[in-house]
Amino acid sequence: MLFQDFIFWALAVGGVAAALGVVLLRDIFRAALLLIVVFLTIAGHFFLLAAEFVGVVQVLIYAGAISILVIFAIMLTQNVQQGNLPNRLQIPAVLLPALLLSALILVFVDTDWRLTEALPNAVGVDIVNLAFENTTFTLSKLLLENYALAFGAAGALLLASIIGALSLVRDR
Amino acid sequence: MDLERFLILSAVIFCIGLYGTMARRNLITILMSLELMFTAVTLAAVAMSRYVVSKQVLADTADTSEAALQTLLTGQVFALFIIVVAAAEIALGLGIVIAFYRSRETVDMSQANIMSR
Repeated sequence: MLFQDFIFWALAVGGVAAALGVVLLRDIFRAALLLIVVFLTIAGHFFLLAAEFVGVVQVLIYAGAISILVIFAIMLTQNVQQGNLPNRLQIPAVLLPALLLSALILVFVDTDWRLTEALPNAVGVDIVNLAFENTTFTLSKLLLENYALAFGAAGALLLASIIGALSLVRDR
Repeated sequence: MDLERFLILSAVIFCIGLYGTMARRNLITILMSLELMFTAVTLAAVAMSRYVVSKQVLADTADTSEAALQTLLTGQVFALFIIVVAAAEIALGLGIVIAFYRSRETVDMSQANIMSR
């Protein structure tokens, strides 16, 4: 447990620092590289939470594909020099997230969660261990049986967004 | 504190992303902040799926059937769908950024003011 705690705090501190870098750095190219660091730390949290499939997908899609797309866009728009300027909304832009954060933390700490540790007997522990032993198998059944419609809709959404992006950027 | 620390971390990253979308003028930074918010929500969903038990499982803990196992993993399915939507969003968003750059020669949000006159 101690080892897991250490990993959690290392990933959390690194992730929050990198996330602050993404929004505060002047150089947007460095910000994009720090975004990859944030995605990788989140993937580390997924592995800590026994969600290995989601963790691998996170590395593939977020740290791989999405960051490359962002860097591509930075290169194509070519004003890295001008950098990442703040706008005139500084005070509300600090106040609103701070308020939201304090409200969220209050709710999280105050809520009486139905935690897996509170399961009444050894069977409860068994079922949790069983569920998180081989998540990929269970996830595949969930995606292709229970959520088959949403799975198909996700494919349609991706196709529509590809066509939309193509029609937005093509030369007329 | 096992669940709460993950939720608080996700809230912190979400709020950093919210600050970025509100306070920055560069369109690409705004898109990156949106991605931060998406990943924060994904983290919350996965943490919930790891630590929170649904009423259905709680009612019958002797039930180790497939359906009970699947209920426990619903949060991870949500995380996967959020990732898909984020991928679609970033593809379209960057398309819009490039189209905007073509017409205005800048990616500064404060130049997107054609309707403010």
